[in-house]
Amino acid sequence: MASQLAPRDILGSTLAELGESDPNIVLLDADFCTPGKTVAFKNRFPERFVQVGIAEQNLMSIAGGLSTVGFTCFASTICVFCSRRACDQVMASIALPNLNVKILGLYAGLFVGKNGATHQSLEDIGIMRSMAHMTVVQGADAAETASILRYAAAHKGPMYVRVGRDPTPQLVPEGYKFELGRSITLRQGTDVTLIGYGDLMGNTLEAAEALAKQGVQARVINMSSLKPIDREAIVQAAQETGRIVTVDNHNIIGGLGSAVAEVLSEECPVKLKRIGVRDTFGRSGTNEEMLKWFGLRTEDIAAQVLEFLRK
Amino acid sequence: MSSKAIDVARLEDIARRVRINVVKMIACSGVGHAGGAVSMAEILAVLYFHEMRLDRKDPTWPDRDRFVLSKGHGCPALYATFSEVGWIPDSLLPTLHQIDSPLQMHPELGLCPGIEMSSGPLGQGLSAGIGMAIGARMRGKEFRVYVMIGDGESAEGQIWEAAMFAPNHKLDNLVAILDYNKFALTDRVQSIMPLEPVYDKWVSFGWHVIEVNGHSVVQVAHALDEARSVKGKPTIIIAHTVKGRGMSFVEDTVNAHSVSMTKAQVAATLKELGCQPNEIEQAVAQTKELH
Repeated sequence: MASQLAPRDILGSTLAELGESDPNIVLLDADFCTPGKTVAFKNRFPERFVQVGIAEQNLMSIAGGLSTVGFTCFASTICVFCSRRACDQVMASIALPNLNVKILGLYAGLFVGKNGATHQSLEDIGIMRSMAHMTVVQGADAAETASILRYAAAHKGPMYVRVGRDPTPQLVPEGYKFELGRSITLRQGTDVTLIGYGDLMGNTLEAAEALAKQGVQARVINMSSLKPIDREAIVQAAQETGRIVTVDNHNIIGGLGSAVAEVLSEECPVKLKRIGVRDTFGRSGTNEEMLKWFGLRTEDIAAQVLEFLRK
Repeated sequence: MSSKAIDVARLEDIARRVRINVVKMIACSGVGHAGGAVSMAEILAVLYFHEMRLDRKDPTWPDRDRFVLSKGHGCPALYATFSEVGWIPDSLLPTLHQIDSPLQMHPELGLCPGIEMSSGPLGQGLSAGIGMAIGARMRGKEFRVYVMIGDGESAEGQIWEAAMFAPNHKLDNLVAILDYNKFALTDRVQSIMPLEPVYDKWVSFGWHVIEVNGHSVVQVAHALDEARSVKGKPTIIIAHTVKGRGMSFVEDTVNAHSVSMTKAQVAATLKELGCQPNEIEQAVAQTKELH
């Protein structure tokens, strides 16, 4: 029941819609607006579109400077270049001065076409999450991503918005509105809690359905607000279900698994299983090949949860 | 050319006071980036007291001209300039580098009035200034943007990303100033990473280039005036300066970068800068000797 839309598909139309009502919205791009699907904004508001070229460091510092003149700047390029290439610019030109720049990180995690290891962002959540003033979010589907953009346009301060490349099932309920620091529970359950976000949320939810057939009732939480994280939902899940599994489209070091471990160890220590990329680099391949290689298919997630519950 | 008369004596005196305050502040702290601060004294005096449109009561006036210190470590001179402008009280200057002071070792937007962008990690300020210059254009505002970059800093790749961008966008409301004091941290720029032919480099990137003696308030003022008349492209002023200018114990040496002073050096330097004995005595009493 895959919907036809990928999270990136709604970027241009949503930004253009926001640009209609808010003359302060500006989009800056580092030569990625076509695959990044932000062209609709560029076409509608060419005077509020800044093409920086393949110069991501310049992109981030220009966005910081432009925001000081009162603009809400969306600075957009591939996740790996937002985080790894322009890390220091994001720190000094955006996060430290606490400026109103929304960094749109495109091609989240493993799913980057067949671009392979250099283009797979398995570190970006860790990098951005550990930077003061920065907030980190990723929508599970196109509708949630659109809601995140609307929230970002009204929010003051730095945000890192990670955006998936490929179609996902529609997961968030009709009328849903994203809020920083709030998760959504997609499925109730008392035996274990699966916490995910972004592109792998669909597989995570399907894994829970598969587990139900084997008598395991898993709660499923969509943690789209990775920072600030929904501590309350994590603690409640730990208290009510006893065990937690996280599913990361990222290295398990620094990603959601780490963030959840931090909350659990401080507030309610229970057993935790971190599913994700286990401290290796990525590969070229189709998404299907990728999921199999890294053990992230629905059946892989379900099997790992069952094994974890047996321990 | 110039419409405004240049008050040479006043600008030179402001530059002298900026130097004096840089020496005093760094004496209080015990250590500081003195050389690359005092090399900019005349340029800052001309910018803030001749060239830029500012509100001396309101550093956040929306139509103000902007100045970004890309070589952020030179900020003691900027803080000293702000106290001359009246944006911060003189009494704040001795708190330089203190943990609860707005006068951090690298300037931070939001901490100290007048700072337009956080800086310190080199190479970023010209890009930030470009953002402001684009912002002025988008808003239909007349304000101009000035960015001071360093010669050692010019080894950063981002400087040249910015150098390519600004002429492509015809940002004639942007002026870069190169504080060409000939020294990086550990050695002469010429031996670390030569910039020459620096004039030709900027011309070839599409900038209007003016070369001046950065310690001549007249030459700096005329260059800024010329930049104002240039249309369709940004201007860079290559300002030849001397690192540690006015601090003869380190002037034009590699030791000018980060300086810790003895009480005797503080006294001798302030005397050279024309301070009265009681002022010198007070500064010496506040000097933190680290050696």
